[in-house]
Amino acid sequence: MGHVPLSWYLILSAILFALGVAGFVYRKSVITVFMSIELMLNAVNLTFIAFSYELHRIDGHIFSFFVMVVAAAEAAVGLAIILTIFKNRGTLQIDEVDSLKL
Amino acid sequence: MNFFIVSLIKIVIVFAVFMTTLAYLQWIERKVLAHIQSRTGPLRVGPHGLMQPLADVFKLLTKEDLVPPYANKFFYLLAPFIAVSLALISISIIPFGPAVTAAGYQTFEQISDVNVGILFILAIGAVSVYGVALAGWSSNNKYSLLGGLRSSAQMISYELPLTLVIVSPLLLANHLSFRSITESQMGYYLGFIPRWNIFQMPFPQIFGFIIFMIAGFAETNRLPFDLPEAENELVAGFHTEYSSMKFACFFMSEYANMVTITCVATLLFLGGWTPLFPAPYSNWVPTAVFVFAAIICFFHAIQPARKRDKYTFPVFGVMFLILAVIWAIPIIQRFLVPPWWFAAKAGALLFTYIWVRGTLPRFRYDQLMHFAWTFLFPCALANLLLTALLVALVS
Amino acid sequence: MIDSWIFIICAIVAVVCGFNLVLQKHPIASALSLIGVMGSLAVLYLLLGAEFLAMAQMIVYGGAVMVLFVFVIMLLNAGTEKASTKSWFAQILGLPLLLCFVGLLAYLVWGVLPPLRDVDFGSWVGGTAQHIGELLFTTYLLPFEVISVLILIAILGAVVLARREIE
Repeated sequence: MGHVPLSWYLILSAILFALGVAGFVYRKSVITVFMSIELMLNAVNLTFIAFSYELHRIDGHIFSFFVMVVAAAEAAVGLAIILTIFKNRGTLQIDEVDSLKL
Repeated sequence: MNFFIVSLIKIVIVFAVFMTTLAYLQWIERKVLAHIQSRTGPLRVGPHGLMQPLADVFKLLTKEDLVPPYANKFFYLLAPFIAVSLALISISIIPFGPAVTAAGYQTFEQISDVNVGILFILAIGAVSVYGVALAGWSSNNKYSLLGGLRSSAQMISYELPLTLVIVSPLLLANHLSFRSITESQMGYYLGFIPRWNIFQMPFPQIFGFIIFMIAGFAETNRLPFDLPEAENELVAGFHTEYSSMKFACFFMSEYANMVTITCVATLLFLGGWTPLFPAPYSNWVPTAVFVFAAIICFFHAIQPARKRDKYTFPVFGVMFLILAVIWAIPIIQRFLVPPWWFAAKAGALLFTYIWVRGTLPRFRYDQLMHFAWTFLFPCALANLLLTALLVALVS
Repeated sequence: MIDSWIFIICAIVAVVCGFNLVLQKHPIASALSLIGVMGSLAVLYLLLGAEFLAMAQMIVYGGAVMVLFVFVIMLLNAGTEKASTKSWFAQILGLPLLLCFVGLLAYLVWGVLPPLRDVDFGSWVGGTAQHIGELLFTTYLLPFEVISVLILIAILGAVVLARREIE
């Protein structure tokens, strides 16, 4: 068993991204949907870092650093919004927050 | 191959010493608290209660292992495991002494030197919240849940001043590995003031050290910040429903966290293993201290307070004399004196922890949060800005 | 040699935890599986020579973001999710489309991209704090400042939203 080719990392990242999409589409709890988004961001970060290994440049690291920062900001605001939804509606199910629907 | 053998030996030594420290730390804490409150503390099991830790372990092992019927079983069992394993990991990157050469093989007195050591400690600390939070949630008990919620809020809040205040010594040292941070604190001003970070020019980190210690109290859930397990409000907080070995895991993780945070404080602010005085004199300080302890033991043996003391104190005195002799052998001094200084500093900080517990009452929860966000956080920020400014001006 | 085994173990842990995140009905279980994914990704970052980002991943994601999630789940005492009407589109076409997506990406990686390097642990350590700091404060100074303003706005937003909660 030799070294792991970089393409495996990329495939792993693709699988994780697909799982994130699946969670985003299938799950109905706001919090889980939010977590699926985080999973997708993580998968993208892995791609950035894998490619920056391929190119031997660390610009990819900077990008994923920025992604992390944005994710942290997003989590803070998003969870505050979830708290507000729960306070106003008493539910965390996405399809029960539907007062704009006919 | 050499690398693996040496690493294994180091791991065994560190693990044995660490575990003994954890067991006896609890004995020391009970003794010190007892003497603060004019009691005698554990006295029955062994001479001066010295076998008390062993007895406690037996008691905890033989107790009934209860799982509450409405608990979420998987997470209930997972939580103490997370807590204790994360608490024990951090010791692996703490350096206890400089590089030593034994039988032609050079190694560090440290299990492994991680380039991003301080970040590693922060990461472990950040993740260890889950042990407490999960324990509180999965027990399915309102007191546990409140304890878990309080502790996660408290640990997030106090992590900010802690992290900010860690940055200032890093600015002075320009490196993230503990070894380099300590090596940057070697030497003396005017020949006698050590260049530890609390005295380090251009901006002595004395305020940083105080803020670090306060935030450290909160991070380890110790009095005066032990809101997650405040007895008179929450029964026992997040570990109300835990018994037997699972409770022992939480107990051990609390003490392990305490040891880790004092080790980090020693390395970041008190110069790690560097001695207080320049080398020719400081090598004999351990011997002097042990001889002094032996003299005290013999003095008490002459004037025994209890009948048993006539026999036990001479034994302790002889043991201290043996230690003094070991630390006086010039070849061994090279290996043992730096760890002794490290242990002395960390031990003094640990004593402070116990002392504070015996002195200060508990905060109210709103006071705790108010203190973190309106006082500690701005202070840490001001400390960081001043340090950065002065470092930039000097360089 | 040993790094390939570490990759395989961490990859398996990541994928299993990812599946667990999607399949578990309780938010806490999902949150913990996400932490598992993040932890194993941090190890993979270390293998790729990104030591600073590995630690940042654990501190920012594992420590701050996920603690917030767990905290909110515990605070709202969110129970298991109710089975609800899903759109027929997601139900019927979702899984095949996702498989197509992964297959397409795999084709791109193996067929279209030029052959990539093998990952040799320790052969390239570009991601030290020093390198990242240098790049961050020279080339990427403007994005850095902009992103700090973004963080400030996010803090303000969170405070404003949570304030209504208190009143």
